[in-house]
Amino acid sequence: MHPFTYVAVTNQGHAIDALTANPRSAFVAGGTNLLDDMKLGVETPEHLIDVNALALNRIEPLPGGGLRIGALVRNSDLAWDPAVRERYPVLSEALLSGASPQLRNMATTAGNLLQRTRCTYFRDVSYAACNKRRPGSGCAAIDGFNRSHAILGVSDQCIATHPSDMCVAMAALDAVIHIAGSKGERAVALNEFYVAYGEDPARENVLAHGDLITAVDLPALPWAKRSHYFKVRDRASYEFALASAAVALDLENGSIRAARIALGGVGAKPWRAYEAEKALVGKKPGEEAFKAAATAALAGARPRKFNAFKVDLAQRTIVAALLNVMFEKRTEQ
Amino acid sequence: MNTETLIGKPVDRVDGRQKVTGSARYAADFPMKDVVHAVAFQSTIARGRITGIDASHALKRPGVIAVLTHENMPRLYPVSMEHNPGRPGQTFLPMQGDEIFYAGQYVGVVLADTVTQALEAAGLVKVSYREQKPTVHLEDALGQAYEPKKMGRGDKTATGRGDADKALAAAVVKIDQTYTTPIENHNPMEMSATLANWDKDRLTLYDATQWVYGVRAVVSTWLGIEAEKVRVIDPFVGGGFGCKGSMWPHIVVAAVASRHVGRPVKLMLTRSQMFSCIGYRPKTIQRVALGADAQGKLLATIHECTSQTSSWKEEWVESATKQTEMLYSCPNLRTVQRLAPVNANAPTQMRAPGHATGTFALEVAMDELAVATNVDPLELRLRNYAQRDEGENKDFSSKALRECYKQGAERFGWSKRNPAARSMRDGDTLIGWGMGTATYPTNRQESSAKVRLSADGRAVVSTAAHDLGTGTYTTMSQIAAEILGLPIEKVKVELADTVLPQAAVAGGSQTSASVGPPVKGACLKAIAALKERATADASSPLFKKQAREIGVGEGRIFLKDNPAVGETFVELLVRNGGRPVEGKSDQAPSGAAEQLDDAGAKKPNAPFSMHAFGAQFAEVRIDPRVGEIRVSRFVGAFGAGRILNAKTARSQIMGGIVWGISMALHEATIYDSNRGKIVNDNLADYLVPVNADIPEIDCFFVEEKDEHVNPLGVKGIGELGVTGAAAAVANAVFHATGKRLRDLPIRLEQVL
Repeated sequence: MHPFTYVAVTNQGHAIDALTANPRSAFVAGGTNLLDDMKLGVETPEHLIDVNALALNRIEPLPGGGLRIGALVRNSDLAWDPAVRERYPVLSEALLSGASPQLRNMATTAGNLLQRTRCTYFRDVSYAACNKRRPGSGCAAIDGFNRSHAILGVSDQCIATHPSDMCVAMAALDAVIHIAGSKGERAVALNEFYVAYGEDPARENVLAHGDLITAVDLPALPWAKRSHYFKVRDRASYEFALASAAVALDLENGSIRAARIALGGVGAKPWRAYEAEKALVGKKPGEEAFKAAATAALAGARPRKFNAFKVDLAQRTIVAALLNVMFEKRTEQ
Repeated sequence: MNTETLIGKPVDRVDGRQKVTGSARYAADFPMKDVVHAVAFQSTIARGRITGIDASHALKRPGVIAVLTHENMPRLYPVSMEHNPGRPGQTFLPMQGDEIFYAGQYVGVVLADTVTQALEAAGLVKVSYREQKPTVHLEDALGQAYEPKKMGRGDKTATGRGDADKALAAAVVKIDQTYTTPIENHNPMEMSATLANWDKDRLTLYDATQWVYGVRAVVSTWLGIEAEKVRVIDPFVGGGFGCKGSMWPHIVVAAVASRHVGRPVKLMLTRSQMFSCIGYRPKTIQRVALGADAQGKLLATIHECTSQTSSWKEEWVESATKQTEMLYSCPNLRTVQRLAPVNANAPTQMRAPGHATGTFALEVAMDELAVATNVDPLELRLRNYAQRDEGENKDFSSKALRECYKQGAERFGWSKRNPAARSMRDGDTLIGWGMGTATYPTNRQESSAKVRLSADGRAVVSTAAHDLGTGTYTTMSQIAAEILGLPIEKVKVELADTVLPQAAVAGGSQTSASVGPPVKGACLKAIAALKERATADASSPLFKKQAREIGVGEGRIFLKDNPAVGETFVELLVRNGGRPVEGKSDQAPSGAAEQLDDAGAKKPNAPFSMHAFGAQFAEVRIDPRVGEIRVSRFVGAFGAGRILNAKTARSQIMGGIVWGISMALHEATIYDSNRGKIVNDNLADYLVPVNADIPEIDCFFVEEKDEHVNPLGVKGIGELGVTGAAAAVANAVFHATGKRLRDLPIRLEQVL
């Protein structure tokens, strides 16, 4: 691990100033991802600014039925929050399907948004070729062991998967991210927050150095009560998704008025499947409509040697998730 | 007075308190003043030569004391696999030259005041290479496959009886398939670690090992010093599973580094290094061909296994064909083992070497034969039951396998199984039931023990055996307490130190069978000495009595016919000047050492074939929509002779079954095809089951009395539970889905 200095701040302005002052500094909150990547030499900040003491750890109601989630709310607290469980079960289920209880007790909302990929070639610095670590160096994963890699939103420069479960649920819920920076505050829709890989996989989101995520808003969505997160993986717990689906259905008079579908484990970012949602509107809920939607969701998939099965698996995952939510069959994870 | 009450009881671990309070000291835990921390850095290429090493940046970092590489490392002496009493994990020693044989090969070691400094500096050493294209996968090396001269302790690599190929060609029913098992890594909780300290020309090693005497023999040879100058200590081992059963280069690197800097050196492997530096279970490609009549009676068996080894052709064979020689009755049989070299480190023994991989192939093939002949899989095994070992042409010393099948099937409810694939469901969930046979040989090696009974009424048992977390402290305490007639609290067991009497490697499931008899023998000798003292002591109530008239129990020595006539050990010893009595016993399977037991040690050229057996039954549940496979029930029934401790034995067997489930559905070490480097060398990416993957495991022992295996009548249980378990799961997956999967691990995309 590279040597670093450390400071704990108690004031949001001081936090932003401290970060802005040193281009090689980073915020640390739960540390469940950053410290791992520092031990691997993937992240090499010179200076860590501990923001755990900032007053950003509350979940508050928003006018009209939404929720504001502080950036420092721990994953466990968010998952078990009564309002989240009541209004947005998909988010609670997604959180509880991720990591382990110990990690969830530490990991924060904003940290989860910024979780780095688990691509083994990204995490092994002995591979010179990684466009995410060293722009322009190539990608060892494209011709390597890429079973866990993404098939949506990928490019010839990078096929790394966004690993989060929480973000997939938030993508389905149209979450909005609040950011404070040296130039003031702004709000960005989560689905606009992540940038597709394109030519520069090192750039993963719209944050600039000096920005601090302060909160995530979940807009009111009454029919999200009928929502669900379904995750498929190689073992029953403590494992990233091979494919997952966050779904919500708005049913009226036996047909689908609106739907939300987002995918995990298969995308370069938390993957909102708008085409699949459109394909469901006005349809009678059932396996036929769900399969058509699943096909639409994966239309743009670009599989590689070891992850070709994910095209089929992701479609099956969508269908299973929609059937589960339609029949209100939820799995306690 | 009956003292035959302790052996077999579910006695709590005597070291439990030490472990849960953290006072049990593992190798790296021993405090050492001025210790220097060593961190190895490794080759990132799999084949080629080192062309340059620039350690200047590393050497400038604070706390860094030295960097050792092949350029400044002293030359070490080679160790012969045949002629050294220990067993090096690899005959090739890194850091002795510039040639690279595998990714992860040690290039050098950084020595610093703190482990953090050493870790950082290790990342700053710049190594340049001339890289050659490596042979990464066993499949790519099959053209170089060859038959090694021998395997294990001298077993033949090709065996046979009758004419298997002819009988197969003529058989009415034939199964002829290829099965593969992947590379797997051991990953005990405790990483391998060595703490080395020189006092002039004497070396002390605290080393995480399954064999302190083996470490002494190998390290002293590598260093070119007398074995007696080396002391090896390791009272607690945090799991080994075979990777600590051989001696790997980090041990001698720590010793050399300590001499180099003139301070004690601690070298603990990182988790990632545990994948590349201490052996692994090699990949196997196995052909099993079975020929049978229409009723499923075996007429021909062919089992061929090719496993990988290192590119310098370390002759370590994954003996997957071994159990096939004797598991079923079959007149025509042929087995052969081959090796093929790849650019990876040397493979090594991993829990149930050969048998874990071999029973997978054989027992899945048997399931295929059951389907082909429309015979119930359990009935098929009974139709081919081996009454005697047809490979060795010997009777079994004991074999309770029939009872294992019966009791296991009853507990599992096997008779309710619908034989048709995809026929059993719970709602939409597919359910599959599968079974497999477990078997592991009963090994025993020369070991010694000493016991000292002191005037304070306490006994100390000493032997250089090991407790890998398996319960040796507890079982040996039970044996000693029972024989000495003392409460277990009065017995202390000392293990794993080369100043103590020699004991066998804690591998091959042989500790109880090897060390138990000399512990018992030493206790009997101590009792004999005690009786001698009493009968010669005019002040003793037992003065001039005959030894055979005298019994012991509850800390007393007394007349068997009239227990009131006697005295306590303490009274007798204190009156005799407080001198303790001692007994020592050396026992070997040849029976060459003294025999203090009625049962007697194993005779030379033992007339019996000695194995433990078991029956494994698995239930899987599969979501057919997405293919997720979970094991929902498991029953294992085992016949393993006398059980020393019902609790620790059950734990070991249960752990073995977890390994089998893991082998079936989770574990595989993946090498990058281009670089030949391990992709998943960490516990997040290398999958092992979590609690949620493991159902209630119902495992138990059937009654089995074996008067031939050894004076205690015990068989090994450390590895038995793994065998046949992966096959049971794979066969259950077939039953649930109708898909026959012959490549481990089974992943969900294979069942979609």
